Amino acid sequence: MATGIRGNERGAGWLFIAPAAIVLGLFMALPILMALWVSLTSWNGQGSPFTSDVPFAGLDNYTKLFAEDGLARQDFMTSVRNNGYYVLFVVPIQTVLALGLALVVNNRMLKNKGFFRTAFYFPSVTSSVAISVVFLFMFANTGAINAVLGVFGIDGPQWFADPRGVLHLLLGWTGLVDVNAPPAALADHGVLGLTWWDWISGPSVAMCAIITLVVWTTSGTFMLMFLAALQNLPVQLDEAGLIDGANRWQRFRHITLPQLRPTLFLVLTLGLIATWQVFDQIYVMSQGNPAKTTLTPAFLSYRTAFRDFDYGSGAAISFVLFVLIVVLTLFQRWVMRERR
Amino acid sequence: MTTRLLLAAVTAGTLVAASACGSGFDDNSKTQQSSGPASIQIMIASSGDAETKSVQDAAAAWAKSSGNTATVTPAQDIVQQLGQALAGNTPPDVFYVDAARFADYASVGALEPYAQDMGGAFLPALNQSFTDGGKLYCVPKDVSTLALEINTDLWKKAGLTDADYPTTWDQLTAVAQKLKMPGVTPLAIGDTRDRIGAFLVQAGGWWVSKDGKQPTADTPQNEQALAYVQSLLKNGLAKYPKALDAGWAGEAFGKGKAAMTIEGNWIKGALTSDFPNLKYVVKELPAGPAGKGTLSFTQCWGIAAKSQHKQQAVSFVQAATTAEQQAAFTKAFGVMPSRTDAQSAYQQQYPEDAPFVAGAQYAQGPVNAPKMDSVLADLDAQLQGLQTGNPKAILQRFDKNAKTALGG
Repeated sequence: MATGIRGNERGAGWLFIAPAAIVLGLFMALPILMALWVSLTSWNGQGSPFTSDVPFAGLDNYTKLFAEDGLARQDFMTSVRNNGYYVLFVVPIQTVLALGLALVVNNRMLKNKGFFRTAFYFPSVTSSVAISVVFLFMFANTGAINAVLGVFGIDGPQWFADPRGVLHLLLGWTGLVDVNAPPAALADHGVLGLTWWDWISGPSVAMCAIITLVVWTTSGTFMLMFLAALQNLPVQLDEAGLIDGANRWQRFRHITLPQLRPTLFLVLTLGLIATWQVFDQIYVMSQGNPAKTTLTPAFLSYRTAFRDFDYGSGAAISFVLFVLIVVLTLFQRWVMRERR
Repeated sequence: MTTRLLLAAVTAGTLVAASACGSGFDDNSKTQQSSGPASIQIMIASSGDAETKSVQDAAAAWAKSSGNTATVTPAQDIVQQLGQALAGNTPPDVFYVDAARFADYASVGALEPYAQDMGGAFLPALNQSFTDGGKLYCVPKDVSTLALEINTDLWKKAGLTDADYPTTWDQLTAVAQKLKMPGVTPLAIGDTRDRIGAFLVQAGGWWVSKDGKQPTADTPQNEQALAYVQSLLKNGLAKYPKALDAGWAGEAFGKGKAAMTIEGNWIKGALTSDFPNLKYVVKELPAGPAGKGTLSFTQCWGIAAKSQHKQQAVSFVQAATTAEQQAAFTKAFGVMPSRTDAQSAYQQQYPEDAPFVAGAQYAQGPVNAPKMDSVLADLDAQLQGLQTGNPKAILQRFDKNAKTALGG
């Protein structure tokens, strides 16, 4: 224990963090622990889950998601697959787009910077539900998107009614595989309740519409972060590069980008976490349809708890999702670590 | 060291708090009942302002005559709001229970089986939807049934007459072939169990056994029904609404993209407001190999098992389900009455609704079994792909999933 002239500062320190600690404990730690308890029971939503009448289920709710061959596992794995493809597409695209927009807006030659900054940031400050509804109209069968595609002679898909996976479509289009009769090696074998053929479907056409929407709305937020970082970079380094005869791409690749590493890490982490938790767009636009191809773990958790009254399984799904996010974030941290 | 101490302190604190909360939550085994004037809460899933207003009026009239007070709350999402209220031990005294959700509520003990002696006045087919373990839990509020709507202009254009209205599957196929014209799909049908299920009933099958304990999807009757619907879809004689660029079948029908559709009596109001110039007739659904069959959709007046004013709640429900009150509801927002003795008066007043009324006599209610929501959602996902799918595989998949859910 520290003693001497500063010895009794410890108590004061505790006193100062007490409000924050109490608020966090009461409204975060406590509910999380309660949810953890619910995930170990088969509470049916009647009365309190903290009485002796509530049947204790142990790890049953978790094993159902992984070990037992049933609808619960199939739904969960489908949702993980859908969300996996969603993350795989959204995170890189939105990061690159955000960086691109930031570079454009940061350009010294650009006039009306304020206008572009506002325009790019606007989707981020608009309600996601309102935007989702607008996108529903745009992606309707006779909506704006299909009308534009029609101008180029393309017969657009029925976006929100189309459960076909884009990788399946690609495979079918190249003629490698017959989509209606997939190769037995893929269709007859599988892991965790889905066949290999199901795993490699790629995001469905309906999911692509949602991916477009999310990229469009969130890249503005991340642009702002990149922009703040870019404006903090010393101009001298760039000028030094210019004197050394580096071209525009070399200066970006070897001077600007390395300095943006902390921001890049932030953007990727935030993106990864947010995309694994996607809920409101799904709730408003598709409710998991068509054919479950836009089902995500967050929406599945909601549906299991509040539609099936299976609060235990619902809570278990959200804890698995939590672990998944933590693991992926740690992995990302390890990949992006400073190599010495 | 200090961080660990801190962590330990926080964990210990939260655990203490959690256990303290826990002891505070203990349920009383029996809910105390109050007699005399009470204030009861009524939660409804309203179809619109007209319904909210007429239920409010009915509640106010009851409150005035009985000396109680009643508050009507229209819910945005009744399943979720009710779920929260039940978990918090503060459910509304009276609430709408959809037939499709009834078994979930009944199986967890949320509903008071108050209606055991009240069933006689209501259509037996509807009571079936709110019966669990031989007990009638709540009385049906109103009813909707499916029927066949036909666009008369397109009908004449195809050279068909009044004598041609289909009464069997074969006739349905035959008229559909004649109605197939450029830009017109003969039949628009919703891509869910709530429409396609009617064909199962007509073929003599159903998804689950009568007591809701066993899945019975994989039978020759059901396979025949799905195969018939599949043949309509494959030959372009029927299409799902999304393929017709419509939110629901009624929209495609209203726009004249479909010559026939299978919808419930709610289509009347929708067509009057959105497509006032459309001319159409309503006919009973064509009979299948096992005779006539249709589906009913209904809600009941549920009373919470945890309500403290059950006596007053029952008195309200009785007031809300008199023949006069049901007639008032009919007038206000166009639902069909659920009382047996109100049927003939309704049919006289709305003769064009005869097929819906007739259907209510033999209609099949939704699947009446708990924990089936995700199974049924999976079934709908399969039915969306019926055109290219395998009927038998769909039925077998349903049986497998339902078996797990029903614990069979």
